[in-house]
Amino acid sequence: MAPVLEVSGLQTHFFTFGGARVVKAVDGVSFSLGDGETLGLVGESGSGKTTTCLSIVGLLPRAARIVGGRVLFEGEDLTRMSQGELRRVRGRRIAVILQDPMASLNPLFTIFRQVAEPAFFHQQMRGRTLRARVQHLLKAVRIPSPEWRMRDYPHQMSGGMRQRIVGAIALAGGPKLVIADEPTTNLDVTIQAQYLDLLKDIQRETGVALIFVTHNLGIVAKMCDRVAVMYAGKIIEQAAVQELFDDPKHPYTRALLGSVPKLGSKEPLYSIPGQPPNPASLPPGCPFHPRCREALPRCASADPPDFHLGDGRVARCWLLDDAVARS
Amino acid sequence: MPSPVLEVRGLKKHFAVRRGLFGREGASVKAVDGVDFAIQPGETLGLIGESGCGKTTTSKLILLQEGPTAGSILFEGRDIAGLAGAELMAYRRAVQVVFQDPFSSLSPRMRVRDIIAEPLEIHTDLARSAIDERVGEVLELVGLAPDVAPLFPHEFSGGQRQRVAIARALATDTRLIVLDEPVSALDVSVRAQIINQLEHLQRTLGVSYLFIGHDLATVAHISHRIAVMYLGKIVETADSDTLCARPMHPYTKALFAAALPSHPGDRTESGAIVGEIPSPLNLPTGCRFHPRCPSAMPTCSQVEPALQYRDGAGLVACHLY
Repeated sequence: MAPVLEVSGLQTHFFTFGGARVVKAVDGVSFSLGDGETLGLVGESGSGKTTTCLSIVGLLPRAARIVGGRVLFEGEDLTRMSQGELRRVRGRRIAVILQDPMASLNPLFTIFRQVAEPAFFHQQMRGRTLRARVQHLLKAVRIPSPEWRMRDYPHQMSGGMRQRIVGAIALAGGPKLVIADEPTTNLDVTIQAQYLDLLKDIQRETGVALIFVTHNLGIVAKMCDRVAVMYAGKIIEQAAVQELFDDPKHPYTRALLGSVPKLGSKEPLYSIPGQPPNPASLPPGCPFHPRCREALPRCASADPPDFHLGDGRVARCWLLDDAVARS
Repeated sequence: MPSPVLEVRGLKKHFAVRRGLFGREGASVKAVDGVDFAIQPGETLGLIGESGCGKTTTSKLILLQEGPTAGSILFEGRDIAGLAGAELMAYRRAVQVVFQDPFSSLSPRMRVRDIIAEPLEIHTDLARSAIDERVGEVLELVGLAPDVAPLFPHEFSGGQRQRVAIARALATDTRLIVLDEPVSALDVSVRAQIINQLEHLQRTLGVSYLFIGHDLATVAHISHRIAVMYLGKIVETADSDTLCARPMHPYTKALFAAALPSHPGDRTESGAIVGEIPSPLNLPTGCRFHPRCPSAMPTCSQVEPALQYRDGAGLVACHLY
């Protein structure tokens, strides 16, 4: 079965000071996503996870440019499309849910108008059919009495409801792929659990593929089928979620897993020394080597390539080099 | 048993909400509505709850940023409400705070040396050289080099800034630090550094913490005891281990059900409770949790449950027990 989305060798760079300074925010990212699959894109601030998503949907800020790679969505290369063509893809076949629901809803328009927009624009729905469609969508995201609530404005809703409405807008065009960029960071824990369960239910019903961008490994453990861990603009490890948690291959993944408190355990946490690197001035060699407790001499000089470990597992670390293993 | 560092008795804080053109006295928001707890020397009490449950208001009352509507706060056995002059200064020296966001809690115009020295200049009559020495000492305590003192906050990363904030809190002879979500704003890989540092400082200095948070796993990790708050009341308190092993109040159980798994093998399907937190302006009758409670009984909507001893240890306020 052909994947819904196939990103290969994606490179997105920021050009500042008239091109005098180049920041390689995304530097050779490859992954693919099947129908109804959920991929977790994990990383810290500055690791390039959001830039990767914005590159896919062509919503990059002006200073950024895709300088290499392809983004195949249902067989079409999105990087070669004009903005006009992309507009017909976004909101219909690919939808995006952003972190702050208040910033993605317009405070001046009713909920009805905002949820109706994709169906109005992409599917030319009008009048009664459009109203029925909006009510159906709001019901799907569990807004109580949608026929009344759709006349309200965003400020009349709670934070959890607003984020569910953003979810309804995302589903309005009947997308094949939803990209959710930290959709629950502003929500309370019980509301977050409700929202994540809702996304799962919707995915089961519609078979939509999901990309979940997050820094929270707990969300990955709960939601995802596959995980790609990003560090300094590259995917440093990619695996099925179970394998990644059971047997992480990259030292950064191991360190991250060891640094998160687990319920009911008082074991000391592994503290990763140092800070995430500034993408504008990366260390030579492997970008993680200054913080890595397993670093080899060669890590400081040469960036490791992808090592393919079978079953779609990939990790970028010299420790996985056969020559190292034998010596 | 030693006497507690801080003891809170029947603490209430109601905010009046004025409505209408002439500001008629209307309803009031019962942000904190009868809270009791004690913190022992060298102990960490975790205060956990969702937004609007009153945890931040509680911390403001302790820090004397707000005056209580009723109830009292005892510091080493003395009511802080009546403190004035030198005694008030002594209290402010002993109780410090670290906020969530180190980007807004440190003045961008002050050097790290001056940020940490400020409480010393106010509270002590140390000479300049002695203050510099103390600044170097606390910087080392929090794992920073003493020679960063002349730098400005923007030259530090989030984790390092939070260390500076902790150093400032430790500069005086501190007995209790209120930690208001101190790691929520930090990168994941840096959070463990700060948590480990806080635990290490407590072991070496014997300082007490009031750790306010919403992430169950983090609060449970660092705390000796946990108090769970819901809409201005404590619904359950227990030892951290006891609470994790056997949560009793339905709200505590809901928090555990909503907690994210630490491994994909622990995935649970939909333990989430329904509904959202009611407005504190219009509290439910009886038990405040009953509209969302999966095991609510008729009496829950009429009678407010009192805190009672739960089996094992700690207290719980629920009609089920």
